[in-house]
Amino acid sequence: MGLRDYIDKIKPNFEPGGKYARFHSTFEAFETFLYTPNRVTTNGAHIRNYVDMKRSLIYVVFALIPCFLFGTWNIGYQHFLSLGEDVTFWHTFGYGLLKIIPIYLVSYIVGLTIEFTFAEIRHEEVNEGYFVTGFLIPLIMPVDVPLWMLALAVAFAVIIGKEVFGGSGMNIVNPALLARAFLFFSYPSKMTGDSVWIAEKADAYSGATPLGTIFNGGTINDLPSLSEMFIGTIPGSIGETSKIAILIGGLFLIINGIASLRIILATFAGAIAMSLFFDIPFYYHLLMGGFMFGTIFMATDPVTAAQTNIGKLIYGFLIGAITILIRMANPGYPEGMMLAILLLNVFAPLIDWCVVGANIRKRKKRWRTAERSAE
Amino acid sequence: MDKIKIRKGLDIHLKGAPSKSIESFEPSLCAIKPGDFIGVIPKMHVAEGDKVKVGSVLFHDKNNENIVFTSPLSGNVKAVVRGEKRAILEIIIESDGNNDAIDFGSVETFPETSLSTLSRDKLIDKMLRSGIWPMIRQRPFSTIANPNDTPKHIFVSMFDTAPLAPDNDYIISETFQETSLQMGINVLSKLTDGNVYINVCYRDTKFCVSTDAKNVVVTQFEGPHPAGNIGTQTNAISPINKGETVWYCYLQDVIAIGNLFLTGKYDSTRIIATTGSAVKNPHYYKTRIGADITPILDIEENSRVISGNVLTGTNITNDNFLCFHDTQVTVIPEGNKYKLFGWLRPVFKRFTDTNTNGDTRPYIMTGDFEKVFPFDIYPMQLIKACIIKDIDQMEELGIYEVDAEDFALCEVIDPSKTPIQKIIREGLEFIRKETR
Repeated sequence: MGLRDYIDKIKPNFEPGGKYARFHSTFEAFETFLYTPNRVTTNGAHIRNYVDMKRSLIYVVFALIPCFLFGTWNIGYQHFLSLGEDVTFWHTFGYGLLKIIPIYLVSYIVGLTIEFTFAEIRHEEVNEGYFVTGFLIPLIMPVDVPLWMLALAVAFAVIIGKEVFGGSGMNIVNPALLARAFLFFSYPSKMTGDSVWIAEKADAYSGATPLGTIFNGGTINDLPSLSEMFIGTIPGSIGETSKIAILIGGLFLIINGIASLRIILATFAGAIAMSLFFDIPFYYHLLMGGFMFGTIFMATDPVTAAQTNIGKLIYGFLIGAITILIRMANPGYPEGMMLAILLLNVFAPLIDWCVVGANIRKRKKRWRTAERSAE
Repeated sequence: MDKIKIRKGLDIHLKGAPSKSIESFEPSLCAIKPGDFIGVIPKMHVAEGDKVKVGSVLFHDKNNENIVFTSPLSGNVKAVVRGEKRAILEIIIESDGNNDAIDFGSVETFPETSLSTLSRDKLIDKMLRSGIWPMIRQRPFSTIANPNDTPKHIFVSMFDTAPLAPDNDYIISETFQETSLQMGINVLSKLTDGNVYINVCYRDTKFCVSTDAKNVVVTQFEGPHPAGNIGTQTNAISPINKGETVWYCYLQDVIAIGNLFLTGKYDSTRIIATTGSAVKNPHYYKTRIGADITPILDIEENSRVISGNVLTGTNITNDNFLCFHDTQVTVIPEGNKYKLFGWLRPVFKRFTDTNTNGDTRPYIMTGDFEKVFPFDIYPMQLIKACIIKDIDQMEELGIYEVDAEDFALCEVIDPSKTPIQKIIREGLEFIRKETR
């Protein structure tokens, strides 16, 4: 155990009073990344399950890997398709990697620097939450997003969206979506329209997303085929296009008990119910835009979703319904998923308050009945 | 007979279940630990070197001097161990091997008739004097029952669903204590105006409750742990409302109460099970309350000795004295080892040692607790109310219906690794002290 011995040797430097004491949280983060601590239970139950926050959150990253891989390939595919060039698989994938790696570097360097700094200032352990947020943010961006804009959005999301509330677990809205919303409202020309979804697009090529087509008065006959939209060979945010990849990730999360099946099913139900009022059939809605990605990876964020089981059903249903309402009845925006989730993030505590309130009223009623029968 | 099915919960299967044989073990040392009783402030009656008999008063509770704690052995007081601020930790009794017992007077004639002539006050007085009273506890708060109260109901859990718990059905069938059990139940039935609920496991066959007392109700329970917890059972039968009190005890307590009235003597015997993966040859022993179990523990290096089960027990590695209420000893390996990329490794065996498997974090995941918590209560919300010590919220969310042990499974599965039982206990204690 050479590595362990080395860590034990340098550890005193980072303890209070040591040379590098102010980097304690940083050291601790790297140490526990390498080794789970030798800490044992001291009170209460003597045994603990193997699942901790690191494991829960790394599972989310695992679940996102299919989306990451397909998204990377699709960047290249869309690029060469617009140019009309026919290139090999590795050429396509390599082009995608060249585009996506800088985006990931910016996301993690900016985000983690802020996280580590806040942890050191607060003398807390570094929270694992940003591993997931940092992986999600690039996947919901258009590929041509300028890196300085991305850096700004990440900083805004982490500081204003999370740290001011006290860090992971305390935030009101989903930080990854907040980063997207920040850019969406600050720099709309870089976040919507027909030109942002394909890297270095040839000017003559359309490049509209299915939702963009509908928004501009198109009908379902103008859309790519259902199978194209399901497989994901369409323009869109990097990670959102392939529904297969998203569903594989979703299945993994559900099996491991990380994502709430209640929220996912309720969101589908809400979308299906609302789309009955409009022309476009529901299965198009499920396959277009960020609906699927948002349902599996964003709406299910346990911190910002409703926490009670009944609350989760209401929360999911409203996300689905409002998404479709925005898509179909709103003249301003082609996509509604982001806005619907952010809106329900804000209302989730209220939903829980009502659900828990019903439990409290039931209990108080029982108290009164008992008092009356005692008299 | 009613049957209630508990659907939520978790049976944790560990290695080291006790094999079915009972050995007799007369301890040479026993200790009574005031810390085993919530809220008790001891006032000593004996000093080091004093001679005691089985049933001699060792100390009483300053809050109620009628509640006395008596010696489980005859012999002499070997030591009174004190800790910080001179708080009394242990009163250690050394056995003289004779088991001389004080006679509190038996019910000689046919139990039923003579019991019915005894008044409730006389019954309670006798139980108090003998030192058997602390076996009866109350909810909410899990303090020793206040003899001045009349409880709404009395609950007796006849089975234990905790990991590796002793099989009470086996214990009854091997010890032939049916008469004592019957007597104990008859005594309890006189202590309440409500019912005595005898809660049994649907599988058990050996409990024999054939009583004339009209207020004894037997209910069968089926389902995973915590089906054997008093909290689960009260909740399923008659949840505790604000201002109400119920009393509770367990199988061996009822037998001891029965024996007090049958023989007139304080019965300090206990059948315990040694369990766990780090104990060699786990099986049952007939021993005494507070026994020093060092001689019967053949355990592996670097392991933890727990009085009770792995969910709620007390770490007694340093002194090996059984806690007052416990009928089980669990020994499991300590988990004080680093694991390279332990958070990433695939896991094949869960619950093998005492490692926390991660660090404390804010609450992030939701919906997990609900799967192992069979109450009509929102566990996360109640935990948070306890953290901020908001009494109104705690009451509204159902704090009176639960005890810390009911949250043990939540604590085990909590990915944020928070001390949930401690949080609930502190919440309960806060209310108890504020509303006293």
